[in-house]
Amino acid sequence: MKIYFELNGEQQYVDIEPGESLLSLLRRLGMKSVKQGCNTGDCGACTVLVDGRAVRSCITFAAKVRGRRVTTLEGLGSPGDLHPLQEAFLEAGAVQCGFCTPGMILTAYELLSKNDNPTPEEVRAAISGNLCRCTGYRKIVDAILLAAKWKREGRWR
Amino acid sequence: MRKTGPVEIVKPRDIAEAVRLVKEGGRPLAGGTDLFVRIRKGIENPPFLVYLGELPELQGIRLREEGAEVGAAVTHAELLRSPLSARVPILRLAISALGAPAIREMGTLAGNLANASPAGDGLIPLYLLEATVRLAGPDGEREIPVEEFVLGPGKTALRPGEIIRSLWIPFPEGKPLSYFRKVGRRRALVIAIASLGALIWLEGDVIGKARLALGSVAPTVLRPRQVEEALVGLPLEPEALRPAAELLSRATQPISDLRASADYRRKVAGNLLLDMAISLSHRD
Ligand SMILES: Cc1cc2nc3c(=O)[nH]c(=O)nc-3n(C[C@H](O)[C@H](O)[C@H](O)COP(=O)(O)OP(=O)(O)OC[C@H]3O[C@@H](n4cnc5c(N)ncnc54)[C@H](O)[C@@H]3O)c2cc1C
Ligand code: FES
Ligand code: FES
Repeated sequence: MKIYFELNGEQQYVDIEPGESLLSLLRRLGMKSVKQGCNTGDCGACTVLVDGRAVRSCITFAAKVRGRRVTTLEGLGSPGDLHPLQEAFLEAGAVQCGFCTPGMILTAYELLSKNDNPTPEEVRAAISGNLCRCTGYRKIVDAILLAAKWKREGRWR
Repeated sequence: MRKTGPVEIVKPRDIAEAVRLVKEGGRPLAGGTDLFVRIRKGIENPPFLVYLGELPELQGIRLREEGAEVGAAVTHAELLRSPLSARVPILRLAISALGAPAIREMGTLAGNLANASPAGDGLIPLYLLEATVRLAGPDGEREIPVEEFVLGPGKTALRPGEIIRSLWIPFPEGKPLSYFRKVGRRRALVIAIASLGALIWLEGDVIGKARLALGSVAPTVLRPRQVEEALVGLPLEPEALRPAAELLSRATQPISDLRASADYRRKVAGNLLLDMAISLSHRD
């Protein structure tokens, strides 16, 4: 089956296999920021945005994004042109192995798109379904609060 | 990692087509947060899936004077954003404890109900509010109480070809106090070891009426009606509720599993009632 959808601002017309997950489709399309952790919806490593909202791509049928707008970390920034959220994660020391980072950043992006002045408690609630085995979460919360401050100061895109 | 198995997804145009496809053996698919995982784990292998998430007739929340009709495609996150969750606090309390933000964005209340898990967090408010399920099937529509819809773990009263069209949630009379707590090993993403939801109507200083619903302590969500009656006339204080808490422990029929033993679940159920008294009496 072929579907149209928008990936990071570009139209795609691709073949999908029956029962294929969005995670599998995105990785086939070269979006290697999308990580497979548990593959059962539990860990959040595979989080992407569909029409601006965070979903778990490992338990989303690829067929469901037909006609929708999908954003992966590649759509926010690139190594030579980091998004402020990516810079904030580096500055706060919120990245260790990095496996959870794309999902964390996209989850944070959704939060900040609705609320650019979240409390630490609101940040923790937003990332409560994203597991990180390395950092202990504190620096991730710091990074998101720092990015929120930058966003309020107009340093954003 | 590539596939879940070759499952075709069909997108019906309207309810009539959905019903026909389900009658032919297709499995209803909403958010997929239960079904996708079950298919991937090989627990289920339906011949094909009927995607209901975009059916126009299943969308939206219609607020009426006496209650609200929640379309079967409405997600937990939509519910939490709607005026309904402000109007009925027990819905907000229970649903905001379900899964994690992205799971609530994808999963639906109707899917939670059709899944018929005794641990389903969304079922607790449906039992407490005495919601009814509006079904569409080959023989037309019918409406049944939630308690008659859920028959056992994973078992429902759905007949061949039937789908949930919407849930009717009546508003409670007056202004009951609302309580919900689930006990698990951590805050997000837990399947409850035991959970308790309650609506308590005070008359002066004592309980005038009570509804209780327990999760994960019986084959289905449980309304312990003898305990509800035993609460009437008692002050909302832990000491006064101790005998009722014991009665509640005895009313449960828990199982032992990986997450907790039956004895522990029984004890937690009773303690949740005391916790309810403490947290509701400190509500100001
Ligand atoms: C990581 C994770 C955490 C979770 N945490 C919780 C939790 O804390 N508490 C909790 O209660 N649940 C939890 N769940 C389970 C799940 O998210 C919920 O049960 C959710 O509400 C299911 O809704 P859905 O729309 O995704 O259902 P689906 O997976 O699409 O469907 C579930 C079942 O309902 C049937 N169905 C769906 N819609 C209809 C309809 N209209 N008519 C007839 N049948 C229908 C399907 O055929 C299937 O059998 C979790 C799941 C995951 C993956
Ligand atoms: S890989 Fe999708 S949630 Fe873990
Ligand atoms: S940095 Fe390693 S999992 Fe989060």
